[in-house]
Order: sequence, then structure tokens, then C-alpha cells
Amino acid sequence: MLREIRPAILILVLLTLITGLAYPLAMTAIAGMIFPKQAQGSLIEKDGKVIGSALIGQEFKDDKYFHGRPSATSGPDPADSTKTVSAPYNAANSSGSNLGPTSKALNDRIKEDVEKLKAENPSAAVPVDLVTTSGSGLDPDISPEAALFQLPRVARARNMPEDRVRALVTENTRDRFGGLLGEPRVNVLALNLALDAAGPK
Amino acid sequence: MTAIGWIQIILFCAIIVALAKPLGWYMTRVFNGERTFLSPVLRPVEAGLYWIGGVDEKREQHWLTYAVAMLLFHVGGFLIIYGLMRLQAVLPFNPQEQSAVAPDLSFNTAISFITNTNWQNYGGESTLSYLVQMLGLTHQNFLSAATGIALAVAMIRGFSRSSVRTIGNFWVDVTRCTLYVLLPICVVYTLFLVWQGMPQTLGAYVDATTLEGAKQSIAVGPVASQVAIKMLGTNGGGFFNANAAHPFENPTALSNFVQMLSIFAIGAALTNVFGRMVGDQRQGWAILAVMGVLFIAGVAVTYWAEAGGTTALSSLGLTGGNMEGKEVRFGIVASSLFAVVTTAASCGAVNAMHDSFTALGGMIPLINIQLGEIIIGGVGAGLYGMLLFVVLAIFVAGLMVGRTPEYAGKKIEAREVKMAMLAILLLPLMILGWTAVAVVYPPAVASMANAGPHGFSEVLYAFSSATGNNGSAFGGLTGNTFFYNLTLASSMFVGRFLMIIPAMALAGSLAAKKSIPPSAGTLPTTGGLFVGLVVGVILIIGGLTFFPALALGPIAEHLAGNANTLF
Repeated sequence: MLREIRPAILILVLLTLITGLAYPLAMTAIAGMIFPKQAQGSLIEKDGKVIGSALIGQEFKDDKYFHGRPSATSGPDPADSTKTVSAPYNAANSSGSNLGPTSKALNDRIKEDVEKLKAENPSAAVPVDLVTTSGSGLDPDISPEAALFQLPRVARARNMPEDRVRALVTENTRDRFGGLLGEPRVNVLALNLALDAAGPK
Repeated sequence: MTAIGWIQIILFCAIIVALAKPLGWYMTRVFNGERTFLSPVLRPVEAGLYWIGGVDEKREQHWLTYAVAMLLFHVGGFLIIYGLMRLQAVLPFNPQEQSAVAPDLSFNTAISFITNTNWQNYGGESTLSYLVQMLGLTHQNFLSAATGIALAVAMIRGFSRSSVRTIGNFWVDVTRCTLYVLLPICVVYTLFLVWQGMPQTLGAYVDATTLEGAKQSIAVGPVASQVAIKMLGTNGGGFFNANAAHPFENPTALSNFVQMLSIFAIGAALTNVFGRMVGDQRQGWAILAVMGVLFIAGVAVTYWAEAGGTTALSSLGLTGGNMEGKEVRFGIVASSLFAVVTTAASCGAVNAMHDSFTALGGMIPLINIQLGEIIIGGVGAGLYGMLLFVVLAIFVAGLMVGRTPEYAGKKIEAREVKMAMLAILLLPLMILGWTAVAVVYPPAVASMANAGPHGFSEVLYAFSSATGNNGSAFGGLTGNTFFYNLTLASSMFVGRFLMIIPAMALAGSLAAKKSIPPSAGTLPTTGGLFVGLVVGVILIIGGLTFFPALALGPIAEHLAGNANTLF
């Protein structure tokens, strides 16, 4: 048994250095060369400043932008750092709501959001993804239905014809991978950037 | 449920079955010490490791020595993780200046990663430096996975060898598994993941100014290299708090599909390794069939439950299933499938929050874990767990017809059955025992995030996940308390190591037996009757043990939810 002590130390240390240091550092170097954009986090720059990541959702409240899903992330209270407060789309602290199916708190929150959305657009059914929080709290996407639901509000706020906004939504709708995997979706940040680029008319 | 949803599920199963044979062939060569196409590059590294480590690769070990070597290896792994976490503030690769991690949380995390559980009482991006993520966690993701696979191979040797005292050399098995199986796949896999959008950088978190002018700090890091082995080695510990639901940890539907495949790939292939080593591949397919039956049943229930949503949602006029805690790019089907995959295997990565699943949709992951994660299972652990159930099933069949049971040419006698029972009974002891304590201890009750039966489910899930070395959670439970850090750590430790020791004793006792040719009285272990028998034994043992607890949690919640009772 005693003869197992030497390999227990040396094999462990060597394999640890290979898998814990050599491997991730080599992958960082190689990935940085082949896929520099993705390796840095798929960042989007505008006028030389980082405005976000193509993969990370951000909070939109203005009527002229499409809104993402509700987010359950939190962050430290600016007034008292020992407490946490709701901080939607906090990309340094991903989290879901973790509220269960019979949670009263969850049900009350959804009910309130449904009522708000119904008031905004009484003519369409409320899409479920617009009133539920995502697993990460950073979901960059909404369903095509959720984009179309918001279309009248955005068009009104921008004074743009609905058809024009609809064309942008369609352009920014991505289908399932290979027509099969995942779900159709609209990247909210990409759509809003396209809206801004189209200009107010 | 939709046709396109079921096509995704069927495609997933078909690819896993198709991969089992070639990967099983390759792994069999690796563990038999034969040359592979990677030998020209890797053999010098391998030989160098043995030379420095003082390992004689020709010298095999008795099961007890094999187990002691494994334990010593993990004592070292524990010390590395614990030390790095406590000292991270003064060590390099810490651009966010994360401070030292508290002793109880470091203890829990170190146990969590050496046991291949990857239960996380911390949020990765808000707690750990890059050095801890790489040198602490990524390394143990490799080595705990390699250990599981090595143990499974040692157990297979127990069946395939005849009248010998040894079951292989632990150091050789772990080294070969790491170098020839895990590392090469991870190198290619990491690049695929980065291509899909996963970050791989040592730079600090990025400060962005959003379109509406708000500040957003975006956590990045060496994510892809860790995620590759996290999935392939069924570890499951996320780089980020939200795990594979985080867009950086699972950017696309394609990355999601490949991640699910990589959770199952090695576990499924090990059934083929088993078949090859005992000299009849059909023995391996029969075991894979047992796993397949239980898997498909679980997927069907969870998919049906999540697609159906809840009474609370439909009474508000919402359709489209239960999307709380799920990501749009995955939707209902890929989230349901992932949840069943990750708990059938002992992975524990999540791409949707299990805590927010419907009562029945969330019950299936819980049952998968409680059955011992033998449906594919953790890499290695799933196979040796399943073989324990096979031993029991064969024993039950022998009792029914009054013959000495045999499996793969070995007589199954009192010692084997005792060891199998010992390993299997440890699970309910830790799961039900600690849950019972937690629900009457007020500070533990205060950790529940949800009221009513769901709060009980959170605690039951936590101890099931820890004991089963799964690592997924009903994440609302506040686990980072003194009570849970210690009790969950003890569950993880017992669930891993006290299960391994009887399993190795069983392997040693089998290896010492003579192989006997099948006779007219031998139950064929490659047909439908055998598959049905093993499935039955698994469900009866699991059902008798855990049904009362499930009735208090998910089943009570389902009935309450149907009546639209909220808590």
C-alpha cells in the first residue's frame, strides 16, 4: 500500500498541471487565434464602445424598443452592499427565479404582467415567453410571436409604418437549426439595433 | 407535444446508439493497453508520467490496493481544490479580485468536485477566480471522470477474468483514460463550443453601455475548455451560476444538442466495452436496452408535463407550455430532454431551472437520480451501478427458479449479493435520512425558497442530487449555509466512495472465480426477458424506497396544482 503514495502525489500533480493549466491555456491561445470574436464574448461595438454581447440579453424599457423577457437576476443593493435587490439582466450574476409551479408569488407576478400586456395590445393573445423569466435571466431572444405582439407599440413610438417594422422582425427571425433543433427566435438586441439603423421616419 | 419535438428526441437516441459501438471499440483498445492512432503522440507522455510517478504499468493490483490508490488520489485532489479556493485572493488569474472562499463552502465544493457531483453552493461568476475554475475545477472534472471510468473497467474485468487476484492498475487506467479518451475529445469539442459562441479568454469581465444607456458588466472567462469536460465527464458544474442555461455556456440549439450527446456518449459506449470484454457484445446491448426503456419513459412524461403547462398558467389564458425558467432558443422540448438526460446520467448540468418545472415534469429528474443514476449514468459510475442491479435481478431470478444464478459466466453467490445490497442501500439511507433531519431542523427549513409541498421537494432533491453525485438542484434552496454545506458534503462523500468500495469488493470476488460455460439451466442475459426483469427490479426497489417521499412532494403538489391551490 505504501508504494501507492508516490504515484498518488506525482501522477496527481502531473495530470493536474496537464488538465488544469496546460489544456485550458492552450485552448485559450488556439481559440483566440481561430475564433477571436467568439472567444472574447461576441461583443458588439458601436462608435468604438462596447454596447453589449450578441449572446447576452439586456434590459429594454423604452416603448421604441422591443423588450426582452422578464429577468430574475439580482445584484448588490447600491445603498447597502450586504443586501441584494432585483437587477434585471445582471450579466455578472446569472439566475432564474426558481419559483415552483404552485408558487403564489410566481402566479401574482405573471398575472400582473399579463394584465399590463393585455392593456398594451388587446387584440392578440399574450405569448407565454413574455411573462415568464428565463433560466439564466439573460435570455437574448424572444419568440417571433412575442416580437409581433409588441409591434404596434414600437411602430407607434417610432412613428414608423407597421409593415416596415414587421419586415425588420422577419429579417431578424432565425429558424430552428437545420429546420429541426431548438425553436424559432428573435434576438432582441439585434432587432433593436436594426430598428435604430433604419432611423425614425 | 409536437412532431418536430419527437423527431429531435428520436434523433438524439439514434445518434447515441450509433456512437456506442465505435467509441466502445476505441475505449476497449485503450483499456486493454493496445495501440491506438494517438499512440505516436501520447505514448511518450504516458511513459514519462509512469517514470516520474514510479508506476510499473505491468504490475496489476488487488481490488483493495486499487481502491486505496483511488482514495489516496482523491485526498490529494481534495487538498488542491480546498487550498486553491482558500488562497485564490493572493493567487494569479483573478482579474475580478474575488476574495477567499469561506471554509465550509470550500469544503463542500472540494468534496463536490472530487465525487464527480459538482453540486454548487456558489455562483461561479460571482465567487471564483479563473485559476480556481481551471486548476481547481477543470482538473478534477477530468480526474473524477477518469476515476469513474477506471472503476467501471475494473468491475468489467471482474466479470471477464477467471481465477485471478487482480483487476488492473488504477494509475494506468486513470492515466490512459485521461490522455487517450478525455483530452483528445475535449480539445476538438472546446473549439466547436467556441465556434458556437462560448467565450475562452483570461480577460476581465467586460463593461458595456447598453442601447438604453445602462451599465452592464458581462462575465466572461475560460468557459469552453471547462464546459467540454463538464459535459463529457458528466460532471455538470457550471462556469456560471445559471449553468447551461447561460447563453455563454450554451449559445445555440446546436451547442445544446451536442452537449446532450456528450453527456451520454461515454456512458453508453461503456456498455459496449462491457460486451466486448466479456466476449459477447449482445450482453452490452441488453444493458443499453434496459437503460433505453427507462430513459424513453422518463422523457415522455417530462415532455408531456412541460408542454401541458400548469393550471395556473392556462387559467390566465397562456398557452405554449411552462416557459418559466426556460430559454427561448431551447424551448419546451430541448429543455425537457436535457433535464432527463442530465439526471439519467449523473451530470447535473441544467439548461433550464428544474425548480420551476411542473410538479410531474420535475419529478422525473428526481426519480432518475433516486434510482441510482443507472440510466446511462455518470461515466463509469452508471455502468457499475447498473451491474449492481443486474446482480440483484439475476439473484431474484435464481430464487424464482431455484438455481444458482449466473451472469456473464460467473456464479452470483451470497457475497456478491451482499455487496450489491450494501451499495444500493446506502442511497436511501443518506437521501431519506438527511431529508428527514432537514425538514424538522428550523434553520434548514428556512433555506426553502418555495412554500408547501414544493419546499419539501427542494430539500428531497438536494439530498438525492448530492447522494447520487448528480449536482443539479431545485436551485431555490439556499444551500450555502453551515448545515447544508456539511450535510450535503457528507451525502456526496458516502454516495460516491462508500458505494465504490463494495462495488470493488464485488469486482475482486468475481475476478477470483472460475468462468463457467453457459448450460441449459443458465438464464440468457441478452434477451427481452432479462431486460424486462432488470427494469422491473430497478423500478420495484426504487418505487418501494422512494414512493412515500415522492407522495409528500411532487405528487401532492401536482394534485394541489390541478385544483389551482397556490402556496
